[in-house]
Amino acid sequence: VKLDTDSERSASVPAGAQRSEPAFAPRRLPWAWATRAVVLVGLVLLPLVANDYVLNVCVLVCLYAFLGCAWNLLAGYAGPFSFGHAAFFGLGAYTSTVLYLAFGLSPWLGMLAGAVVGAAAGLLIGFLCFRSRLAGPFFALGTLAFAEMLRVAVINTDALGGARGRLIQPLGTSVALFQFESRAPYYFIGLLLVALGLLISTRIDRSRMGYYLRAIRENEAAANAAGVDVLRYKLAAMGISSLLTAIGGTFYAQYYLYIDPSLVFGSQMSVDILLRPIAGGAGTVFGPVVGSLVLTPLGEITRGFLQTIPGLHVMVFGLIVVLIVLFMPEGLMGWLLQRARTRPGLAGLLRELGVA
Amino acid sequence: VSGTLLGGVYALTALGLTVIFGVMKIINFAQGSFVMLGMYLAYWLFVLTGLDPYLAIGVAVPLFFVLGALVQRGLIQRVMAAPAESQLLLTLALSLVIENAALAVWKPDFRTVRVPYASATLELGDVFVSAPRLVAFGVAIALMAVLLLILQYTDLGRAIRAASQEPEGARLVGIRIERVYMAAFGIGTACAAVAGAAVTPFFHVDPTAGDVFAIIGFVVVVLGGLGSVPGALVGGVVVGVAEALGAVLIPGSFKELLIYGVFLAVLLLRPSGLFGVQAR
Repeated sequence: VKLDTDSERSASVPAGAQRSEPAFAPRRLPWAWATRAVVLVGLVLLPLVANDYVLNVCVLVCLYAFLGCAWNLLAGYAGPFSFGHAAFFGLGAYTSTVLYLAFGLSPWLGMLAGAVVGAAAGLLIGFLCFRSRLAGPFFALGTLAFAEMLRVAVINTDALGGARGRLIQPLGTSVALFQFESRAPYYFIGLLLVALGLLISTRIDRSRMGYYLRAIRENEAAANAAGVDVLRYKLAAMGISSLLTAIGGTFYAQYYLYIDPSLVFGSQMSVDILLRPIAGGAGTVFGPVVGSLVLTPLGEITRGFLQTIPGLHVMVFGLIVVLIVLFMPEGLMGWLLQRARTRPGLAGLLRELGVA
Repeated sequence: VSGTLLGGVYALTALGLTVIFGVMKIINFAQGSFVMLGMYLAYWLFVLTGLDPYLAIGVAVPLFFVLGALVQRGLIQRVMAAPAESQLLLTLALSLVIENAALAVWKPDFRTVRVPYASATLELGDVFVSAPRLVAFGVAIALMAVLLLILQYTDLGRAIRAASQEPEGARLVGIRIERVYMAAFGIGTACAAVAGAAVTPFFHVDPTAGDVFAIIGFVVVVLGGLGSVPGALVGGVVVGVAEALGAVLIPGSFKELLIYGVFLAVLLLRPSGLFGVQAR
């Protein structure tokens, strides 16, 4: 049944609704804390056993999981499908980097400044778009246009380095300057970011705001009629989402110590941000993390194996995404939960991990 | 004038997008990739057989119509009932696959078709006009006329219009809606390929060459109103002129800012576009 985008959305099974109704019978979880502790210790000890390459992949998994959480808060819960999150990512990256290069301001403070700038931009863009009632593909194109405008503007601003980008001089390990020679500290910071993303997602998921957002996603007019301040809650989701995305941008800048407009403001970055939560399952707390756990290593592995022929690894990556869209319409999380229905062992494990 | 002519080419790309959106409410992110494939088709036909890029259009139309119909049947149809994000993601991934396959096979080198008339100009009154651009503009107009005639007077056209307005009703009166979708996607893809072939005489060919046209195509489509065929032409001309004027008035690639600025202004102030039917 297909009438228009709105009724189609409400007709489809909301991924988030599965959380509110118990998918399988609740059972005692004596091992839950033990399982979680094992996972946690494993994550913490990982840098001891992982080599440089693996650790790099882990850092990227964390970064994209965190960015995915941020994007998911807006698009997954509230509905507006942002195609321009690179705007906030780039603002975060550039704010901290420029403040550091110009005034020697510690990137940690720059990260906070970037978060403020990112959130402000998110609120402004959100206000303009939501006030004009841009929805669905129109909102996607609008956000894309904002990100592209920022990219072009930065390319043409010599004070910001123009198209050449900005290089941060590596000064060895310095906690104050957010620079580390080894990858392990980045990995731990990345883990903290993911924890932050999950914490905020869980809080919102279970709060009144989460219900409001889902109501807005399913049927904005009905939510409005039921007394939800639609604009306010969409803006709140947009603000939090862009704030977190900007923090991710600073992390990226400090990890690579190099940024240029096409990297951080480009549409490729917007795509990279949204691919993982969609593949993992938009509108679920753990979807972005699961998506990043699967897609990021896949992307890096195909890059490693197929780099002799340019373009081939992205092609394979694209094929994988096509397959996920075709065969896992509810994302990896939906697929996992489906599996868990017939497999008590898997269901138990998911519950012990707090994923379901 | 050159802005107007360039606009014709943009209109051509946008035409395909608008047909696909009008019928299926899908934003096809792979449109740029099909433009690029059309360019390569024209390029290789020229290199291998010496066929003129404009004659390549004759080959491109049936070939890409079938290709588009197959893509619709094999991939898009499977997610028609899924949320809009899935469709967006699918066409996006498709464009990643096509573009990078092209990159792997043809390498990122810029190629150009060297035709004798590449820099030919015509004198119209007191302005000089680049002949290939004029032809591209003519092709755009002709294609649009054909498309309007098809939509207006053939059974297929009536079926397409019916399906875009009321898919369930169309199904009830016996229209095989999957066929209509295939046809619409085929038409959209063929439009992209024609646009690609038509610009090869004055545009370089490389695996990402379609992107420019795709992004501007979106701008044009929104400007003209999603789903509106004449809107695509007017939107194309407006963007073409804006770009040409911007190039004169504003230095460097700041003119891109102007395009996006116009785009956002239209999107925010009049989301249904200049000619748009009320989509929401």
